[in-house]
Amino acid sequence: MAKKEYSIDIKDSNLLYHEEFREMETEEPEEVPSPEKEKFKIIGDYTPRIDGERIVTGRAPFTHDIKLRGMLCGKILRCPHACAEVVSVHLSRARSLPGVKATLQLKKGRVKYAGEQVAAAAAVDEKTAEEALKLIKVEYKTLPFVVTEEKAMEEGAPQVHDSPNIDKFNDYNRGDIKKGFESADVVLERTYKTAVEIHHTAETHGSVAKWEGKRVTVWDSTQAIFNVRDGLAQTLRIPASRIKVIKKYMGGGFGSKLGLNDYTVAAVLLAKEAKRPVKITLSRKENSLCVGNRPSSIQTIKAGVKKDGTLTALYLKNYTCGGIRRGDRCSEPLIDVYKCSNVKVEEYTVFTNTGAGRPTRAPGHVQGTFALEGFLDELAHKINLDPLELRKKHYTTKNEGGTRIPYSSKGLDKCYLLGAKKIGWGRRNKKPGEGNGKIRRGLGMASQIWWGMGRPRTLADVKLHRDGSVEAVCGTQDLGTGTKTYMATITAETLGLEPKDITVKIGNTEYPWCGSSGGSTTTPSVAPAIRDAALKAANYMKNQTAEKMEISPDDVIIGKEKLSNKNDPAQSISFKELLKEMRRERVFHGEYVGRPLGYAYNTFGAHFAEVEVDIETGKIKVLKVVATHDSGRIINKLTAESQVIGGITQGISTALFEQRVMDEATGNMVNPNLRDYKIATSFDIPEIEVAFVDMVDPRINILGTKGLGEPPRIPIAAAIANAVYNAIGIHVSEIPMTPDKVLQALKRKEVG
Amino acid sequence: MEKIKKKKRKTFTRRDFLKGFGSGALGAAVVPKLVSQDVFSLQTKEGKIPLYSKKQITLNINEKNYSLVIEPRETLLHVLREKLNLTGTKKTCSGGECGACTVLLDGNPIYSCLTLAIRADNKKITTVEGLAADGKLHPIQQAFIEKDGYQCGFCTPGFIMSSVALLEKNKNPLTEEIKTALSGNLCRCGNYSKIYEAVSVASKSMRGA
Repeated sequence: MAKKEYSIDIKDSNLLYHEEFREMETEEPEEVPSPEKEKFKIIGDYTPRIDGERIVTGRAPFTHDIKLRGMLCGKILRCPHACAEVVSVHLSRARSLPGVKATLQLKKGRVKYAGEQVAAAAAVDEKTAEEALKLIKVEYKTLPFVVTEEKAMEEGAPQVHDSPNIDKFNDYNRGDIKKGFESADVVLERTYKTAVEIHHTAETHGSVAKWEGKRVTVWDSTQAIFNVRDGLAQTLRIPASRIKVIKKYMGGGFGSKLGLNDYTVAAVLLAKEAKRPVKITLSRKENSLCVGNRPSSIQTIKAGVKKDGTLTALYLKNYTCGGIRRGDRCSEPLIDVYKCSNVKVEEYTVFTNTGAGRPTRAPGHVQGTFALEGFLDELAHKINLDPLELRKKHYTTKNEGGTRIPYSSKGLDKCYLLGAKKIGWGRRNKKPGEGNGKIRRGLGMASQIWWGMGRPRTLADVKLHRDGSVEAVCGTQDLGTGTKTYMATITAETLGLEPKDITVKIGNTEYPWCGSSGGSTTTPSVAPAIRDAALKAANYMKNQTAEKMEISPDDVIIGKEKLSNKNDPAQSISFKELLKEMRRERVFHGEYVGRPLGYAYNTFGAHFAEVEVDIETGKIKVLKVVATHDSGRIINKLTAESQVIGGITQGISTALFEQRVMDEATGNMVNPNLRDYKIATSFDIPEIEVAFVDMVDPRINILGTKGLGEPPRIPIAAAIANAVYNAIGIHVSEIPMTPDKVLQALKRKEVG
Repeated sequence: MEKIKKKKRKTFTRRDFLKGFGSGALGAAVVPKLVSQDVFSLQTKEGKIPLYSKKQITLNINEKNYSLVIEPRETLLHVLREKLNLTGTKKTCSGGECGACTVLLDGNPIYSCLTLAIRADNKKITTVEGLAADGKLHPIQQAFIEKDGYQCGFCTPGFIMSSVALLEKNKNPLTEEIKTALSGNLCRCGNYSKIYEAVSVASKSMRGA
C-alpha cells in the first residue's frame, strides 16, 4: 500500500499553450531555410490514409485493446462529494478479496470535486475490481461546496481553495480606453455566456503499465507521449531514461489527453505493487467528471464606434470558470483580429468545486470569438453597415495585440471573398429579422485567428535500408489528423516513391523528440522536420549517384524510383540498386529549426452559415456552412477537409447542444453520459463546403505550412449565432442556443 | 426468481440480486430461461449473493463456431473483446449511447454492450473482423478509406457495421436514409459528411453502378 500522496501538476487550461507559445516566439534559429516554391506531385494532393486498412478492419491497436500476459484490471474509487475531508481509507477488506492483487490510497486531505480519485484496486478481472472498490471503506467529513460560477462569485460563498474564488489573471491595456469611448458616436454593451463542455473522446482515457525490473513501459491514450514520460519521471522520481511511453492508435483527444493524467500514475503504482501489468480504462462517467472540460465564460463587451464604422474603444470583462483550476483566456481574438487603438481587457477566473478545466480544441478562442463576433454584428446593425464590411474596415496586416509586428502571411481577406461568394452573402436579410412566417432564415459569418506555427527543435528521422525499404520516424502522435500519412507523403515525394512504400513509425518515446499534438502545432513541426530528413537522404543518394556517374550532384534528378542524369536521362540507376550498394543502413536526422523573428505567424479563416429558426418552437436548424481557411500550404487535402468538417460538426454541437449541468444540491454532474449530454449527430449535419486559400507562407518552415487543428473549431458557433441573429433580429448571446434560450431571446425582443 | 427469493430471503434482497447481475432490467429478463440451473455464490460486502451457474453457449462469429462457458451476466461485447480477443468492436459508453460496439446479429445491427451473450447463443454474429474475405476488403471498408470516412477511427467499426446492415436491406439508399440508418452511431471527431459519402460510394460500387 502506498502511504504517500502523489500530486500531479496538470497545467491550467490554456496557460499551457501560452507558456509554450512564448517560448516558441523567442527563439531565433541561426539559419532559416525558406519554403520551396516548387510544385509537388503528392504533397498538396488528396491522399487516403496509409493506415486506413488497419482501421476499417478493426485491427488498429488502440490503448483499450492492449492485452498483456497476466494483465490486471485497475479501477479507481472516486469521491461522491463535491467537497470533503478524507478522514480515513481502509483498504484491507478489498485487498483480501480473492482475485485482488493490489490496492492503493490516492488521496489524503481535502477532496475538491465530486469525481476526484481517492483509492484504487487492481484485480484479475473487471467485475472483481469493481467488487474490490465496494469493499474499500472511506470515511469523509463533508464540507460546504459551490458548483456554479454565479454562486461562487457571491459574497460568503464557500472557498474552493483557501483564497478568494475570484482571481484576476489578465489585465491588458492598449491606448486610452476612456478617450476611446469619449470619441465614439455609438456605445454598445452586451453580455455573452458560454457553457462548460466535455471533450467526450470516443475512446475513454486509459493507460496500461508494465514493469520489467526497474523499467516501466506505459501504453497511454495520449496526445503527448513525452509529456507523460517526463510527468511520470517527475511525479514518481523514476529516471526518464527508464520510462517508455507508447501510443499507437488513439480514439480522440481534443486537448483532454495532453500531458500526464492521475490515473496513469495509479496504473504504474498498482502494476508495481502487483508485479503484474495493469490496465485502467475510464468509464464514460469518469470521462465526464475528471479528465477536463472547456471552461465556461461570462463575457461583457463594451465598445465605442463612430458613425462611419471606426471602432474607437473595445473593452472586455470576462469571468471564466475552469472548476478547481483556472479558466480560459478568452481575449485573444478581441485583442488581435481587428484594428482598434484603444483596448482594455480584464479577465478573472472563478473557482468552483467541479472538475478541472483543460485545453479544449481552441481554448478561449471558441468562447472569445462567439462573444466578439456576435457583438460586431449587433454593432454593424446599429450603424447600418454590412457586418462583413465592418470587419473588412478593421482589417489589419499587423499583430495588433502585443508586438505590432507584421503577419508573415495572412489570407483572411481571400477567405472573406471566397466565403461570401460561395454562401451568397447578398441573400442575407439586410435588416436582421426582417423575414416573415414561422420559419425564419438567416445568414451569418465570423472570422478566426489562431497560432499554429510549430515547435522549434522537433526531430524526425528517415532511414534507408539496404533492401530498399524506407522508414520515416518521429516521436509524434497521430490523433486521427493524418500525421502518419503526411509523413509518408512527404518522404515519398522527396525520394521519388509512393506513400505506401514508406514505413511510418510514431508514438514511442524511443523515437526522435517531438512535442505534444495540440494547439495546431503538429503539422508545422513534424512536416518540416521529416522533409529536412528526407532531403538529407535524397542528397546522400544524389551524391552517391553523381560519384558513380562521374557527374556533379546538381545534375542528378530524382524520378520515379530512380535517379538519373539530368543531361542524359537514359543514364539512370534504380532506387533499390543504389540502396543495395550501401555498406550499412543509414539514418538521416531532420529538424524543424524554427523561423525568423520579426514576424507574427498565425492561421486565419472565416466561416459562413445559413440557418433556419422556428420561432414557435425555438428550434434552430443549420442548413449550410462554408468554411474558408488560410493554414498555409495544405499537405493532404483529403485529411485536411476531414479536419475542417470535424471542427464544424463540433462547433455546431457547441452552438446548439453541449452543456455540463451541475446539481447545486448534491454538487454532482447531472448529465455524465452521452444520453443526457447531447452532442451533434447524424441529423444535425448541414451541407458543408470547405475551401482552402492554400497560400504558402514565405518564412514559417520549408514547406510553408501552418496548423489546422484548432482553426475550424473557432468561428463556427459564432457564425451560427450571427445567422440566427440575422434570421430573428435578436442575438441569443448564450451558447448552447437551446430552444428555451431562443424563445427567451424572442420574448426579450418583443418586450424591447 | 420467486424460488430463490423464498430460499434466501434472510440473506439478500431483490436489489442485491439485481446488482449481482450488473443490470437490473436485463438481469430480470433472462431469469425464466435460467431458473432451473444450479446456484452458486458471490461474495460482496452485503454477504453472499447467489448467482446462476455458468452456461455453455455456442456463438457463430464470422462463420466460425466458438463454444464458450460464460456467466449469464456477461454482455456480448465483453465476450467478444475480453474472451475472444476480437477487439475491433469498441466499448465507449456501455449503455447503448454511441454505437461503437455495433455488430450484426443474424444480419441486424445491435449494440453488443446491451446484448447478453446468452441471447446470441446459436446465432450468427458478424463483427468488423469478419467483413474482409480472401484478403479483399468489403466495398464499404474500401469506400471508408477512399472517402476518408473517419478520423481517429475508434467509432469506425460501429459505423461500418451499421452501413453493412443498411446496404444489405437497401441497395440504393438516399442520403436521408443513410442518416437514419447511422443515427445510432456517434462520431466525436465529427466526420459524418464523409461517412455518408463513403456509404453512398459503397452502395454504387456494390450495385456495380
